[in-house]
Amino acid sequence: MTDPSFSIVFALDALAGALFLLAALGVVATRQVLASLQLFIAQSILLAVSALLIGFAIGSPHLFAVAGITIATKTLLIPWLLRRTVPSEVYRAREIERVLNIPTSLLVAALLIVLAYGLAEPMVRVAAASFVGVNLPLGLAAMFLGIFTIVVRREAVPQLLGLLALENGVFFAAVAIVPRLPVIAELAAAVDVPVVALVVGLLARRIHARVGTTAVGRLAALRES
Amino acid sequence: MILRILYNLLQVVVVVAFAPLVEGVASRLKENLQSKRGPSIFQPYRDLWKLLHKDEIVAQEASWIFRAAPYVAFSAPIFVTLLIPVLTRYPLFFAFMGDMLGGGFVLALGGFFATLAAVDTANPYGPMGASRTRMVGFLAEPVFIIVFLTVSFVAGSTIPYIVQTRWVTPLANFFEPSHILLLIAFLMLILAEDGRIPVDSPSGSFELAMIDRSKSLEYSGRGAALMKWASAMKFFVLASIFLNVLVVPWGLAKGTDFGAVLLAIPALLLKMLGFVLVLVAIESSLAKLRLFRITEFLGAAFVISVLAMITRLAAI
Repeated sequence: MTDPSFSIVFALDALAGALFLLAALGVVATRQVLASLQLFIAQSILLAVSALLIGFAIGSPHLFAVAGITIATKTLLIPWLLRRTVPSEVYRAREIERVLNIPTSLLVAALLIVLAYGLAEPMVRVAAASFVGVNLPLGLAAMFLGIFTIVVRREAVPQLLGLLALENGVFFAAVAIVPRLPVIAELAAAVDVPVVALVVGLLARRIHARVGTTAVGRLAALRES
Repeated sequence: MILRILYNLLQVVVVVAFAPLVEGVASRLKENLQSKRGPSIFQPYRDLWKLLHKDEIVAQEASWIFRAAPYVAFSAPIFVTLLIPVLTRYPLFFAFMGDMLGGGFVLALGGFFATLAAVDTANPYGPMGASRTRMVGFLAEPVFIIVFLTVSFVAGSTIPYIVQTRWVTPLANFFEPSHILLLIAFLMLILAEDGRIPVDSPSGSFELAMIDRSKSLEYSGRGAALMKWASAMKFFVLASIFLNVLVVPWGLAKGTDFGAVLLAIPALLLKMLGFVLVLVAIESSLAKLRLFRITEFLGAAFVISVLAMITRLAAI
């Protein structure tokens, strides 16, 4: 990490990472459910791009497999499942009810990103691979933003997207830390995550059919608004 | 020495002369995109010509501020033009008189006088637009500060001539995440500062919804012409800072001979055309935000600029 301009692949990976985090911010902040689904798809594509770039740089075929699996599950399968299971009124909803308003949640998100960089710094120092310096803090930040999305949103589908964004963050850090991660781990996740999406989607469909809304944040009745 | 002063003045001439053209091209392209024919691209010049030949009417209650504001607003972008790279790659005579922050202050001074003038006549729409402009200005201020801080931190200088070469030498620097994020944040700032569509509708004629344009409603004749020209020049100056310092520092004159500098003018106009195309695409694909959503728009710009700063600081 002495000279950040040593290669164009490195710069492109950093760029993909920055846009990845931007997409995570969008998942936190957009009003439309459909837009946040599309941002999640964009985020998954950027994750695949980063995996491809790192795979290309260090010559690891595992990462190409990771990129392929990510594209297949997260940009095709999961959106398709969600579109099928959750009724389309949910996607047409414009104003999502949220715990904090958008400017405040953006500021909290900025603080979380700073925190992620602060936490990642000592870990980056000991790591040898230079890609870790880019991917670890960004992945950590995306994890935080995913958790924050789950906290701040009240609708079922955006909450699920927060969970998936968190998972993307984990993989974004993982492709740099363990580039020779066995494909079986990624395959397990690739099977696991669509099942989660399916379950949440079906649950949301049931809730929507019974209550007429998917604002699950309200169902807890812990917070009257 | 004489040559550098001359080129510096040439920059001013270019900005003054071509600013209405850029505005005309923008409005023409926008209409074309909506499958209308649209006005001629020289329409702003005709408007200015017409306004300059009309009588000026000033409200009885208006003070000297109302009369002075058009001249201040008109000269502010001219002073900024002396400081920024419009045509040449090397610093010109006045380049070290002020840095980017100084340029920002001078531009803000023009806006400040326009705001005061809007309040001055006590026309009900003027103060409303003025207070809204201030609101947008306050929200844009932190983004400006972070963007300038990051840019000058990266380049180790606040003089725009030095900043511009940093992003392209070597080329990998161009793809640096902080650079791209800064571009996004600065583009959002230009949209907000210039009253473009997600924030304000430049072609709208409904006074209650206006933000930027309602400040100059009370002007007529020469004052109106100067205000119109000033806003076109402000946009031209902001766009050339964006293009020449941050996005594409190519095509600027390297040599000191007259031909190279003259050749930089069409290059600049070409870059402007590209920028206007992007802007028209943005304006045509988005809806105007409600007033209280502007905080969200500029809040997003702020977070993006903070992100740019963090990714840069962490990369060292």
